[in-house]
Amino acid sequence: MKTVKVNIVTPDGPVYDADIEMVSVRAESGDLGILPGHIPTVAPLKIGAVRLKKDGQTEMVAVSGGFVEVRPDHVTILAQAAETAEGIDKERAEAARQRAQERLNSQSDDTDIRRAELALQRALNRLDVAGK
Amino acid sequence: MASLRDIKSRITSTKKTSQITKAMQMVSAAKLNRAENNAKSFVPYMDKIQEVVSNVGRVSGNVKHPMLLSREVKKTAYLVITSDRGLAGAFNSSVLRSAYQAMQERHQSKDEYAVIAIGRVGRDFFKKREIPIISELTGLGDEVTFTEIKDLARQTIQMFIDGAFDELHLVYNHFVSAITQEVTEKKLLPLSDLGSGGGKRTASYEFEPSEEEVLEVLLPQYAESLIFGALLDSKASEHAARMTAMKNATDNAKELIDSLSLSYNRARQAAITQEITEIVGGAAALE
Repeated sequence: MKTVKVNIVTPDGPVYDADIEMVSVRAESGDLGILPGHIPTVAPLKIGAVRLKKDGQTEMVAVSGGFVEVRPDHVTILAQAAETAEGIDKERAEAARQRAQERLNSQSDDTDIRRAELALQRALNRLDVAGK
Repeated sequence: MASLRDIKSRITSTKKTSQITKAMQMVSAAKLNRAENNAKSFVPYMDKIQEVVSNVGRVSGNVKHPMLLSREVKKTAYLVITSDRGLAGAFNSSVLRSAYQAMQERHQSKDEYAVIAIGRVGRDFFKKREIPIISELTGLGDEVTFTEIKDLARQTIQMFIDGAFDELHLVYNHFVSAITQEVTEKKLLPLSDLGSGGGKRTASYEFEPSEEEVLEVLLPQYAESLIFGALLDSKASEHAARMTAMKNATDNAKELIDSLSLSYNRARQAAITQEITEIVGGAAALE
């Protein structure tokens, strides 16, 4: 089986680096599955899970804010934050989810709704990845 | 000549001071180590984003994005990075001096420029001189993460896009080595030298969904990471500067202790000699 090299890097350091058979990411324009030999592409990503398939197993990495750069033999995901399933602090994510939920529910004028929504999405994404 | 007791107490207090500075030196050395590691782990991200940006910039030469456009400069913003605490030698003063001079030379009135201050020392400096501060960030830890700076970076870039200012300069200490730090000034916005940066030339990209939308995400992220990179650089410099300053302080204290011990011994010897003379004199008087 052909593989493609996948790197996930964040400003705080590299998160993931391995050879993978198939990567699927959630791009702004929809889900994107990448196999080795893909044409060069750049696409912004949504907050979501990146799925990395190898030897019949799927690994998940929670990614928020960033984009994917694809070359035939190399996929790079540049994210502002990324965590592998083991790296996620479930309790913290859960606390963050509750905080964001409360902020959305309170609906006072000074709450930044968009920010709260994004925070909620990030927390849900982390919980989702950590749960599997 | 100072009394024995005076000298003794000066020696003790200098010793105590030197213990403190020595401890601070070692703490800073450890922090410098970590700061350097942080800066190192940021490098792959920066390299990669630089590469993508320059590739995309080359490909999409005709696309207009507000962050790429040079406007007539009516207002300049300076993002000045200092530390929260002092005792770091010339670290803060050199950045502030250089930023202040640049502002005085280039601008006639205070309407033409503003400051974005990272670090308490810088903020207080500009506040005291009544220079307009658009936003500020203090209380950063010794090890900064991207999350801490993200909001400020995003706001800053948004303000540029909205036209609150027409140019953004970064002023910070660049880390050259543990003993040298250099004040650096860089023009960050508008991004003008896109595509001229290094990076291999690769085949043209497909943009998903479109060039404009990719740039919409890519350019702010690029600018944010440049700001973060400068901050990491400045943190490393801060610890290095503090380490050097504390090392000098410790060395000076040691010198002072040496010279004080010398005069202490001299004074003690003088006292003993005097005592002997008195005894001998007293004995002679009895005979």
